[in-house]
Amino acid sequence: MKYRIQQEAREGTMLINMGPSHPAMHGTTRVMLELDGEKIINCELEMGYLHRGFEKICENKTFFNMLIYTDRMNYVSPLINNTGYVMTLEKMLGIEAPERAQYIRVILNEFSRVCDHLTALAAMCMECGAFTVFLYMMKAREYIWDLMEQTTGARMTTSFIRVGGVRSDFPSDWKKTTRIAIDETRKVLKDCHGLMSKNKIFLNRTRDVAIVTSELAINYGWTGPCLRSTGVNYDVRKAFPYLVYDQLEFEIPLGERGDNFDRYMVRMQEMEQSLRMVEQCMAKIPKPSSSSESVTKGLEPAEAIKASRTKKPEERIKLSPNLEGTEKEKYPGILSGKKCIVPPKEDTYTNIEGLISHFKLFMRGHGIRPPKGEAYFAVEGGSGELGFYIISDGTDKPYRLHLRAPCFHIVAALEEIVRGNYLADIIPTFGSMNMIGGELDR
Amino acid sequence: MKHKKDGKVGFITTTFNSMLGWGRKFSLYQYPFITACCGMEYMSAACAHYDLDRFGMGWTRFTPRQADMLLVVGTISHKEAPVLRTVYDQMTEPKWVVAFGACAVSGGIYDNYAVVQGIDRIIPVDVYIPGCPPRPETIINALIKLQEKIQKEGHEWRFQKKKS
Repeated sequence: MKYRIQQEAREGTMLINMGPSHPAMHGTTRVMLELDGEKIINCELEMGYLHRGFEKICENKTFFNMLIYTDRMNYVSPLINNTGYVMTLEKMLGIEAPERAQYIRVILNEFSRVCDHLTALAAMCMECGAFTVFLYMMKAREYIWDLMEQTTGARMTTSFIRVGGVRSDFPSDWKKTTRIAIDETRKVLKDCHGLMSKNKIFLNRTRDVAIVTSELAINYGWTGPCLRSTGVNYDVRKAFPYLVYDQLEFEIPLGERGDNFDRYMVRMQEMEQSLRMVEQCMAKIPKPSSSSESVTKGLEPAEAIKASRTKKPEERIKLSPNLEGTEKEKYPGILSGKKCIVPPKEDTYTNIEGLISHFKLFMRGHGIRPPKGEAYFAVEGGSGELGFYIISDGTDKPYRLHLRAPCFHIVAALEEIVRGNYLADIIPTFGSMNMIGGELDR
Repeated sequence: MKHKKDGKVGFITTTFNSMLGWGRKFSLYQYPFITACCGMEYMSAACAHYDLDRFGMGWTRFTPRQADMLLVVGTISHKEAPVLRTVYDQMTEPKWVVAFGACAVSGGIYDNYAVVQGIDRIIPVDVYIPGCPPRPETIINALIKLQEKIQKEGHEWRFQKKKS
């Protein structure tokens, strides 16, 4: 098979291959280049090295099972993916999450966005030679992941956002962990601003390199920080507010020139805004429906199950697979929707109604069954508008699911952007685009 | 290495072997073949918080020719498989392979047409790390296991190809 670039090759030029095992190509993209000296005169991009058949898998999984696959789409910010998918389903089912759950979602989403930007910039800066910045940013991410782990029980692939709300409430000392995460991230951002933003070497490689006009960006379907770096003010959180974003104050940082440096700077400033939003949410979040002290009292689960054989236990049950302890009392605060939520474990283990509703939810052919029809819902993901398009035929499996992955559109423009630049410019350009394999190839 | 006279392993050779193993296990140059989600945890493990460098395997080499340990981090699809095989073939002996995460171990949750069901269908694997993705502590534990394995291995004077 001959590639397009081989057919179009001119005489006296050199064809060179970058990737997919090139460190700057993040393992999953291949760029073929036609070089005249060091100047790129033609470029061909090949993707699909991480095609895992996400959309096909979804046709054979129930709506409940698919949640774990959405974690692994944009694996740097899995909670945003969860939110996008779950909110599409909620739109079809006509459910709205309780207010506290919405705040929890926003806090976790904004932290995920910070993680996403940190990772993108860390990789970009490292590829430009700034290894210190990489280490600093990874450090900040660890503090954020501490909160994630405390809340969700997992560091990355959390599956935490559920239809109708979130799986569990925040732990009792979450404000302390959040405070530490915010402070440490701010410190790191300040350090990185000092190290990179006026760094001559970094500026030389990014300023006025790979300029994208707003027209080109819109034509390719760019969204997110990359689009905003060209000066177009489009953010799903502002344009089509979801969750409680319309009650929060935040600005949308815009770039002017649309070069690599603007893409870097927009991300840096967005992180500040995200942290600002988290602080507002911390102040505004409604009180939990049950106090954390009540969790320590009550029956042990084994005792409760034993007691339930003879009669229904009157005392509350202490522990459950929930992270915090009892979950039933928290349900009104964090979950809503009757037929779509997993019943509290206390009910499942101790009374017949709970057991039946649990059984009905996980049986094939039962479970979450949205009405016939289709729905599209988009959230602002780490690198742009992350949309889920679901067609339902009334069964417990989607007829078709399509993911509108933001980086697919962004990376598709690479061929045109790098043409005319030098070979070394590919590295910061590709880095600033934030290519995420799981989302790109699905 | 066998002793020339009676075929037994002598004192000097075993001492030398264990010294060689000791040297090798603490200077593992790694080639991270990062494709997917597990890469994030690999980054965490390699960076300041968990710091793989404490165990003598912090030096990342991005060319297979300089690396001793191939870390296959993430899902390997059928399209990626020949690339992985090429990278493995380019590495010089002695070399070790670590299957990192559920996808590399067995295909993980992706049991479908696109994904290789475990990299041991393509290349020999020394250590498997379960988890989707594995926590940094698991990674460190697994790599210490690999070091133990390297310590116990018989090291040849002339580097022969591993019989695998």
